Amino acid sequence: MPDAPGLELIAQDLNEAAEGSVLGTYHEHGQACLIVDPERILEVLGWLRDSPGQEYRFLCSLHGVDYLPAEPRFGVVYELLNMPRVERLRVRAALRDPAASAHDGEPGRPPSRRRGGDRSDELLPEIDSCVSLFPTAEFHEREVYDFFGILFRGHPDLRRILMPEDYVGWPQRRDFPIGGEPVIFTHNEREVPRWYE
Amino acid sequence: MRREKLRALSPLEEPGPPTDLRVRQLRARDLLRGDLEGAALEQHVKESVLTTTLDRTMRWGRANSIFPATFGLACCAIEMMSIVSPRYDIARFGAENMRASPRQADMLILSGRVAIKMAPVIRRLYDQMLEPKWVISMGACSSSGGMFANYAVVQGADKFMPVDIHVPGCPPRAEALVYGFNKLQRMILGNPDPGWRRRYNAIGTEEWAREAPSEAAREEAEAYAAAREASTAHNAELAGESG
Repeated sequence: MPDAPGLELIAQDLNEAAEGSVLGTYHEHGQACLIVDPERILEVLGWLRDSPGQEYRFLCSLHGVDYLPAEPRFGVVYELLNMPRVERLRVRAALRDPAASAHDGEPGRPPSRRRGGDRSDELLPEIDSCVSLFPTAEFHEREVYDFFGILFRGHPDLRRILMPEDYVGWPQRRDFPIGGEPVIFTHNEREVPRWYE
Repeated sequence: MRREKLRALSPLEEPGPPTDLRVRQLRARDLLRGDLEGAALEQHVKESVLTTTLDRTMRWGRANSIFPATFGLACCAIEMMSIVSPRYDIARFGAENMRASPRQADMLILSGRVAIKMAPVIRRLYDQMLEPKWVISMGACSSSGGMFANYAVVQGADKFMPVDIHVPGCPPRAEALVYGFNKLQRMILGNPDPGWRRRYNAIGTEEWAREAPSEAAREEAEAYAAAREASTAHNAELAGESG
């Protein structure tokens, strides 16, 4: 685990190697995290994997986060591990929700459209796929796509992995309805007339 | 002397005279020889022949020889496994032979939550089973979605397939499942114990009985109506006295 000064050194080196790619750092609970520009995620991951002295060669996990009221709304988090030194480093890329900015009329990058499916006009956030750097990311990225609807550019086979292929919606987003059915008790049975049929 | 004492203590009916068996044996031999005639023949037939309907016999046979499918969905399956163990022993009711293929099974126990991705698979298994077939929905999850009120779980397996018995619990104990199985047997026999339907005056509303209520159900309903009338009359009397 790089300590707080070590993390700052990594951020500094990274900013020298790839200008302006690190937006921030934080070190909490003994865990180090780099917040990076999502457009340069491949440069950052490649540098962390290959440059001497870093060599975070193992991607433990790749996951999505939805911070709904916040903007940028989505996060893609990469957990890197250096096996010989047993050092872990977290890299977080924050993504804007193109659907929200389209409503607000904010100028931004023209978002691409989701391939196939019945909601093909839906605007989805995008980030570069890191399958070329870490082959293990293939299934992780499919899972993030499945649950959060984040598109990974350059992924070899971006399909749903856990939900049925014809499922509509992104179930782990915070604005997705929880689902289920109301349970009828005596105090609310009038709200659902003829529920027993 | 000792035997006499035992007989006096026993609450059971006095057994017949010791010659009884010998008498019947001799009568059977005479019947086979063709020597039995008249009243003696009548007596023999009355004692040794049981008449019933083919339908009733078939139902009796079906209820007591059920082949459950080996099919577990989730944690309830662990409880389901123990019903074939010597402790609960569903072999007592003739259903110990869990078949590994739905084509050889005639009862499906839905033991656990049904994910939306699993629903078409279960439906296919059910369709592959041979008629007549029955389904027990075991536990809260397969009956109503249970604690999994979310996007991934079907809210009750009877949304996509017929279910005969719902066993409540999370998970139900193996005894509860065996009790549910006994209810299923009664249903197959066409002689169900109305249970809560007696308390809530709902006899004859069973889904399977809507077409033609069984004889037993009608008798129960009549008995219930009579008891209810009597109790309302009694209550009215009491109210009159106090007022």
